[in-house]
Parts: sequence; structure tokens; C-alpha cells
Amino acid sequence: MRDDRPNPDALLSSIQREESASRRGKLKVFLGMAPGVGKTFAMLEAAQRELKAGRDVVIGYVETHGRKETDSLTQGLPLIPRRSFDHRGIVLTELDLDATLARRPQLALVDELAHTNATGSRHPKRYQDVLELLDAGIDIFTTLNVQHVESRAEIVREVTGATIHETVPDSVLDLAEIELVDLPPGELLQRLAAGKVYVPDRAQTAAGNFFRTGNLTALRELALRLAAEHVGQDVRDYLQARQIAGPWKTGQRLLVAISPSPLSESMARWTRRLADNLQAPWLAVYVDRGRPLSEEEQARLQKNLTLARELGAEVIATTDQDVVTALLRVARQHNVTQIVVGKPAGWRVLDLFRGGSMLSRLIRESGGIDVHCVRAESNGVAPRPLRFSRFSSSNPRQYMSALAVVALATGCNLIFGRWTGYHVLSLVYLLAVVGLGLFVGRGPVLVGAAASALLWNYLFVPPLYTFVIANLHDALMFGALFVVALAMGQLTTRIRAQQAAEREREERATALYLLTRELAEAKDLAQLLGVVVRQLGNTFHAEAALLLPENDEREPLTPYPFSTFDVTEKEESVATWTYRNRKPAGRDTDTLPSSQALYLPLLTSTGCVGVVGLKPRSANRWSLQERNLLDNFIRQIALVIDRQRLSDAEQEAKLVAESERLGKALLNSVSHELRTPIAAITTAATSLADLPADATTQLRSGLIDEVVEASQRLNRLVGNLLDITRLESGHVKPKMEWCDAGDLIQVSLQRTAHQLRQHRVSSKVEARLPLVRMDFVLMEQALNNLLSNAAVHTPAGTAIEISARVDGPELVLSVADNGRGLPAEGAERIFDKFFRGLGAPTGGSGLGLSIVKGFVEAQGGRISARNREQGGAEFVIRLPVGQPPPVADEAVPELP
Amino acid sequence: MNENAPARSSVVLVIDDEIQIRRLLRLTLEGAGYKVFDAATGQDGLTEAAQRRPDVVILDLGLPDMDGLQVLKRLREWSRVPVLVLSVRDSEDDVIAALDHGADDYMTKPFSAGELLARLRTAQRHSLKGEEMKVFRSNQLEVDLVARVVKVNGSEVRLSATEYSLLRLFVQHAGKVLTHRQIMREVWGPNAAEQTHYLRVYMSHLREKLESDPGQAKLFITEPGVGYRLMEY
Repeated sequence: MRDDRPNPDALLSSIQREESASRRGKLKVFLGMAPGVGKTFAMLEAAQRELKAGRDVVIGYVETHGRKETDSLTQGLPLIPRRSFDHRGIVLTELDLDATLARRPQLALVDELAHTNATGSRHPKRYQDVLELLDAGIDIFTTLNVQHVESRAEIVREVTGATIHETVPDSVLDLAEIELVDLPPGELLQRLAAGKVYVPDRAQTAAGNFFRTGNLTALRELALRLAAEHVGQDVRDYLQARQIAGPWKTGQRLLVAISPSPLSESMARWTRRLADNLQAPWLAVYVDRGRPLSEEEQARLQKNLTLARELGAEVIATTDQDVVTALLRVARQHNVTQIVVGKPAGWRVLDLFRGGSMLSRLIRESGGIDVHCVRAESNGVAPRPLRFSRFSSSNPRQYMSALAVVALATGCNLIFGRWTGYHVLSLVYLLAVVGLGLFVGRGPVLVGAAASALLWNYLFVPPLYTFVIANLHDALMFGALFVVALAMGQLTTRIRAQQAAEREREERATALYLLTRELAEAKDLAQLLGVVVRQLGNTFHAEAALLLPENDEREPLTPYPFSTFDVTEKEESVATWTYRNRKPAGRDTDTLPSSQALYLPLLTSTGCVGVVGLKPRSANRWSLQERNLLDNFIRQIALVIDRQRLSDAEQEAKLVAESERLGKALLNSVSHELRTPIAAITTAATSLADLPADATTQLRSGLIDEVVEASQRLNRLVGNLLDITRLESGHVKPKMEWCDAGDLIQVSLQRTAHQLRQHRVSSKVEARLPLVRMDFVLMEQALNNLLSNAAVHTPAGTAIEISARVDGPELVLSVADNGRGLPAEGAERIFDKFFRGLGAPTGGSGLGLSIVKGFVEAQGGRISARNREQGGAEFVIRLPVGQPPPVADEAVPELP
Repeated sequence: MNENAPARSSVVLVIDDEIQIRRLLRLTLEGAGYKVFDAATGQDGLTEAAQRRPDVVILDLGLPDMDGLQVLKRLREWSRVPVLVLSVRDSEDDVIAALDHGADDYMTKPFSAGELLARLRTAQRHSLKGEEMKVFRSNQLEVDLVARVVKVNGSEVRLSATEYSLLRLFVQHAGKVLTHRQIMREVWGPNAAEQTHYLRVYMSHLREKLESDPGQAKLFITEPGVGYRLMEY
């Protein structure tokens, strides 16, 4: 008997595989105090245990440095070949992320978490590769030295003097289980002496300084403490999960103020450590005071905020003139319990006028919130003297005009000084300086004030032509001139900055408003995408591309045809990554930063609807505000696209229903309309065949007329059916040419002459009609249908008038009859398909008028119907006349 | 004797894939005194044309094995036999292409037998004529191509240079339909093929001067979407 039951082990492993696909992978970090403690060894040992336990373990990247005992531990572990990068002639090998993802092991070993990838890799840092693997549900074993932990890097620098460049954010460690690989410093030094620690040649000297007992003891303590803190956290998580009331202090929340200053970096680290100890969430807040930032400051601000985010902070940017008010507002909104600010570097006179220094105001106004004042440590980068940076915003022309104004005032004074005392002249100078304050920046005002004061002193204050001031009176005047000028300058600068900030906010709001409005006005997806590309381009000074999945939810992505830059195949793969991982990628991000453009996913509650690519027209990075605005844009766009998709689907369903209804109507109509003439033909033809030889010619020709009549009707019906099909399927593409409307009417009358033979037809064509742009064939068909319609719907002998005239910018073609007019009910529906007027005579298909409407509108014209006052119906077609190209007149030779 | 009968028993070749149309044409044409051969495919049609040396060919544009236009091109490589194209209304562009490639006339289905015979006669007459026509007469119009004199009801009419060359073109191809492109090329030169507004304006000039009632043209007939035809009466 064969056993068809599945192998329980195979079953189990397949279940595990399925589970792993749906959950996030587990990260285990083998933490050491320094290189050489045996992290890789410990990791491989653990991996061997996992392998024995039957798990699918692979080596993603392990560096054994050729040590035998370590090498032997890699036995039996499948190796994923590394990816090679050629970097200026040097071949670097890296973890092959895509191969690992494709291989989908249960557990992958990735050595050296803090490693920086070769340029050209998808992510700049290896820990980002690891995060992606974790996201894909793959468990990871990795190694890390404590000096590479972001929040400890600074302490390590202080202790060892070595600056650490490669760091791993604490937020990554927060995900990890930490296994400490410990070795007493003495033993490590012995191992080092025995050559068992791999140290690259060029680092020998540096290593000598690094591997000292003092350093190693400090590092060991750091590592032990980090591990211990982590264990503490694990225990707390456990208690919390089991809802065991423990020593859990809730409600602590920290806030740190971040600025473009290089000092903010260490403050963020300090706050992270405090937050770690308190197990509290923390916010990093940047207050935009509406002051323009230099490019360098922008970059540093970005760096500081990114660091804060990597350290696990929630980053908030807010706008306010006053930092204290803003900080406290954000703090209260987020229930912050402790605020961290930097210790002020010096003491400023102006603080007195502002109601105390920022710090003292913060302490005074913070109420129940604790305030930490931290000594900020600089990394050797001196903060720029901000006071002078503002002057740079005034260009030399402003200084020139300031001096010119002062010169003008001096000229006036030299003239008026003869009649007035010199005191009054100081007021003229003051006037000039105040005036200057309205137009130029603070620097030029100050220069103007100084020049005014000195000139006044030199030229007008006795003793003349000296800078000596003889009496107190004049000294006071001199001082006042300076102070007023200074105040003016300060005020105007502030107002200007406020205005600028206001304007920028307004611009952002307007941009968002414009986007929303235009999106709301877009009629279909294509138009909507057009708006998106245009607005993104205008607002962010960038080329924009939109990539949407071809069929809902399925790859590959197709670039939207109106995108303003070409998405190359390489760039498309970046977009696909963004789409798949639902994370930004490309330029200015951590993923594939060498791409030309930034790719942002369009996320909605239901998933990712597409990707937006932005390629800035200049090399500048976007400012924080612009990024915020961009995020808002993207959210808005995603929502609208999603909504449009849904409504398109709904529209499609409606169309399907409509076409079903039409199909039914068509079937009903066609079966009747086709059969009637066929019946007539068959009957008449068989009668003719059976006609006795002596039948009258009259009878014979009567029957023949019937056949002809019926076949013409059949032909018209088929023509109409073809026309309506062409219209419905969008195949009507008018060939617009300059045509003669008189000719059109002639042709149409000739074509319908047989049908209209029993009516009194007259045509009235205005003299000197201009040529009009139209598709002659379509227009002829339209007029034929109108005439034929009139023939069918009015009794024989009725007068039918067709006319052409120009009315303003339009050509008016009218077909009027004096029959019984349009039906009172359903007059507005006469252009609908298969609409038949109540009691309408047979012979029409109900298609004629809707074809006329379709043809006329395809040429940019319109059609209307009305009942005439004198009775009967009138159909009016209006076509835009336009400006026909000129045709030169020719001389006509005289008769000989 | 049938008044529609051609001068001698002409040979006509019908190339059409519809057996009913072939049967009907055979009845009609034989009734009118023609000797009829037919072919259901383009390939057969070309073979028949080579063997039978027909005096006129009736060609359907929709054939099962090859495009009717293709048949016309191959035929024109070695023969100047008049070709009358039969088509359904949808293929206006095909009709224009066929005329531009040397078809002599076209008719749309459904067609009347009387008109078909009339068109056949016109097409044949042109191919037989060969020699230069000196004076053309149709109703009230009289054109002396040698003396360059145009008369309506016997009195001379003045025409501008362009008007005259347009008229001369029509007279040389009287009874035949000329496509917009053909006319533009002949009268205004190869670069003006798309500037059909010139043609519209000059056609209305000719009608004003030569038709007895320009509001109901009898001489210069508009073939919608295709071109114009000067009728012979």
C-alpha cells in the first residue's frame, strides 16, 4: 500500500514558509565591544544550531578573514554569491540583496550591520538591506560593534578619540534581539597579539591607539549597558503584553528643539539616551521662523532632522515667529512632559528687550513641563555668527542707494543750512534714514545711519569740519540718530521676513488649492494625470512622471505618456521598487540614491495606486517645507486617482448596462426595421415572378417600384447602423477641409431627391458665403438624414426649406418643414438613440437624428431643434466659420 | 435592339468575390450586349485580364486574397484597360486611392444598372478616343481647346488663367471623376495637394460663369469626399 499522506516535516516547513511570507522577519544582533571578540564566530555557531533544527539558513554575507575555525563553521551553510561592484578599478563585493530576496530563505546571515555599501548599490547602508530582508519576512543574524550604535557613537569618540563614521540608527536596534558576545579586555589583547584579530594594514597605527585596556574596558561597559537596557526593555514589553502591572512609568514624552545649528546633533543624541532610559517616546521639533536659510543651513537642518528620525524621534516642523511659543504649543499638543534645549552660548543685550532670554522665557512659560538645559557639544564645526548672516541678504546695490540717499540729504542740508540751525538738519537726516528703512535691508540702513550721523557731525555741528562734539545736546542728538536707525532696520527686517514667510505659506496654500481645484475639475483619468504632471512640475520646479500599473494592481508599471521626462529602464526599476515596497526611493532617499529622480508611492487605504517620479530642474534639494508640501500633494493625488479609478469602474459598469440596453433596443429595432423591407422585396419579387404574361405594365412597374423603395430603405438603415457603430466606437475622425456650404446643400438635395419627390423642397443659400471648415461627407450625411427625417415625418406635399447663412461667427444650416412639428413630449430626447416620437410614422430607425448630432458635434458644431411659430419643425446646425485662408484674385483677361 | 449596346461586342471582366453580384452583373451586361468573363479572386482576375484582353474591367475593392488596390497596381503595370471600381460606401479613402492609382471611375454599391452601363460606356469611349479632342460640347457649354475659347449658349465667356486650366483639365477627362488631389496637382502643382480651399473657390467661379443655374449644378458635379466630374450631355 502506497502512503500518499504528505510528509509531516514537509508540511510543517511549507506552513512555516507561508507564515514567514506574511510576517516580518526577526533580527538578531550579535553585539560586541570591539573587533575580534568573536561575534562572527558566535553568529555562525548559532546558525549551525538553527540548521540542525531543520531551518533553511543561508549565508548572505559573512567575512571570516580566512580564520580556520571560523571557516569551518560555514560548512553546510548555502552561500549566496556576492554581487561585485567595480569602483574605480577596485572590485568590491557586497551582499546580493535581490538574489537573497529571490532565494527566500528562512534565515540569512549578514555580517557587519554598520557596513557602508559600495556606490551603485540599492541602499547606501547595509542595515537598510537588512531592513528590506526583514520586511520580506526573512529572519536575520547580524553582527555589530557597540561603537557603531548611533546613540553611543559620541561617547565612543569622547572615550577613544576615534571618530565613528559608520553608524546604525537605534531604531534598527529597537527591532532586534541582542546577544552580547563578551570577552574580557585582557583576553582580547592577547588574541590581538597572537594575530587572531583581523585588522586592515592601513589601520594598524590607529588600531594601536584604539586597543588599549582603558578604551576596551569603557567599550565593554558600554556594550554591557546597551545589552542590559535592551533586556530591560524586553522584560517591560513582556509585562506590558501580559498586562502585568509593573514598574512601568507611563506618560513621559520628550521634546527636543532642533535647529540648523551643528549643536543640534548632539542634543538629539542626548535626548535619545534620556528617552531610552525613561522608555519614553520623543519628538524632534524644528521651528521655522520665516527666516531664509542659506543652502548650507538647509543641508545641516536636513541632516539633523534625518538623524533625529533615525534615532527614533517623531519629527515635527512648525512655523512661528517666536520659538518659545511654538515649542510650547507643540509640547502641549503632544502631551510632552520634558523639553530639551541647548545651553545658550552667551548673553545677549537684546534678550532684555524681548522679555528675557529664550531659555528663561521657556522656563517661565512652560508651566508643568520640565525643561532640560543641555550643554551642547559641537563636532568642531563652529556655529556661524548668525547676526552677520542677515546682512548678506542685502545686495551691494542697496548699500549704494543708501549712500546716495544720504548724499542727497546732505545736499539739501547744505542748501537749507544757511537759513536754519544745524539741529533741524539732523531731522532731515533722520527722515532720510527712516525712509531708507522702508526700502532696504538692515545693513544698508545701518550704514546710512552711520554716514548721516558722521556727516552731520562733520559738516554742521560746531566745531565744523571735525568729528568733535562740543556739547551734551548734540551728543544726545547724535546718539538718537543711531538708535532710531537701528530700530528702523530691525523692524523692517523682521516685517520683511514675516512677509516672506507669509508669502511662502500663501504660495504653498495656493499651490495646494490649485491642485485640488484642478483635480476636481478633471473629467477623466487622462485629464487628471495631465493636471498632476503639470502642477507637480510648476510647484516643485521639476520634471514629473507618473507610473501606473497597467491593469489594476498588476505590474509592470507603465509611464504615463504625458510625463515630462523619459523614464529609462533603469529608472523604471526604481519606480517598481517603490511600487512594490510602498516606500520612497531614488534621489534624496536611502534607496538607490544615484537615480536621477525621486520616486514616491501614491498610497491609499487600499494600497499603492502608482508612483510619481520627480526630477528637479536644478541641483538644489527640496527644503523641508517643500517636502511637506510634496507629501501633501502626493496624498491628495493618490486620493483623487483612487477616487477616479473607482468612478471609472462605476462608469464602465454604467456603460456596460447602457450598451446592453442599446443592444436590446437595436435588436428590437433591427428585427423590425430589417424584416419589413425584406418582406416587401420578397413579396414583390415573387409576385413579379408569378405574374401572368398578360399582366398590365402598370402592375409590373408598381411591383418593381416597391422593390426599389424597400431596398433603398434597407440601404439607408444599414448605412445608419454603420454610422452609429462608427460613432459609438469612436471611429469618426472628421477630415476637416474648407468647404462650400452651397455645394453641400446641392449635393444633399440631389442625394435625397428620390425620397423628397413628393414634397415641395426649396433651398435658400445666402450670397457670398465664406468657405467653412467641415468634413464634407459627414455634413452631407447629416443633412441627408435631416431631409430624410423631414420626408418621413411630414405628409406628402409639405413644404421643406433648407437654408444656409452666416450668423456672427457661425454658419447656420437649417432644415425646416411646416408639418405638425416636434412631439410635445420627449422633445428633448429626439437626439437620443432609438428614440421614436409618439405615433411617428414607420420608415425611420430612430437612429437618424442621433447620427446627425454625433457627426455635427464631432466637427465642433452643435445642433438644436425647435417648433417654428408658423408651425412645423426646424433643425438648426451651427458650425464655427473660422478664418478661411485667403485665395488671391486673378485678373480676368478682356475679351478680344 | 438595346439602345445601351456598345458599338461592337466588347469584352468585360468582372472581378468580384460575391457570386450574386457576379451573376447579376453577367445578366445585366450580357443583356446589354457585352461578352462577360468573371473572376472571384484578385489573382484569377489578373490571369483573366492577361488572357482575355478585356475592353473594360469592373473591379471590387474587397477581395479575399488581395486588396483590390493591389490588383489595380499590378494591372496598371502592363495595361491601360479602363477600370471601373465598385465599392461599398465605407471605403471612400480606398476609392480615392484607386482613382489616384489610375482607376477610371467608381461606383458605390448598391448601384443602378442603367448608371453602371452609362459609366462603362464613358470609360470605354475615353480609352478608344486616343486622338486629341478639339472642341468639347456639353449642353450650353462649348470649349475650343485649340483656340482657347469658352462659350456659353454661344457667347464667349472670359476666364482667368487658373480657371481656364482647371476647365481644360475637366474637358480632357470629361465624364470621369477627378480627385481633389489629381486636380490640385495638375492645376496648382505638386506642392499644393492639400490646399483644397483654392479648388473650392475656383469651382464656384467656374459654376458661376458656366452653369445655367449655379444653385443647381448640372455640368460640374460634386462627388462628396472624392472630387468633381464634368458631365457630358
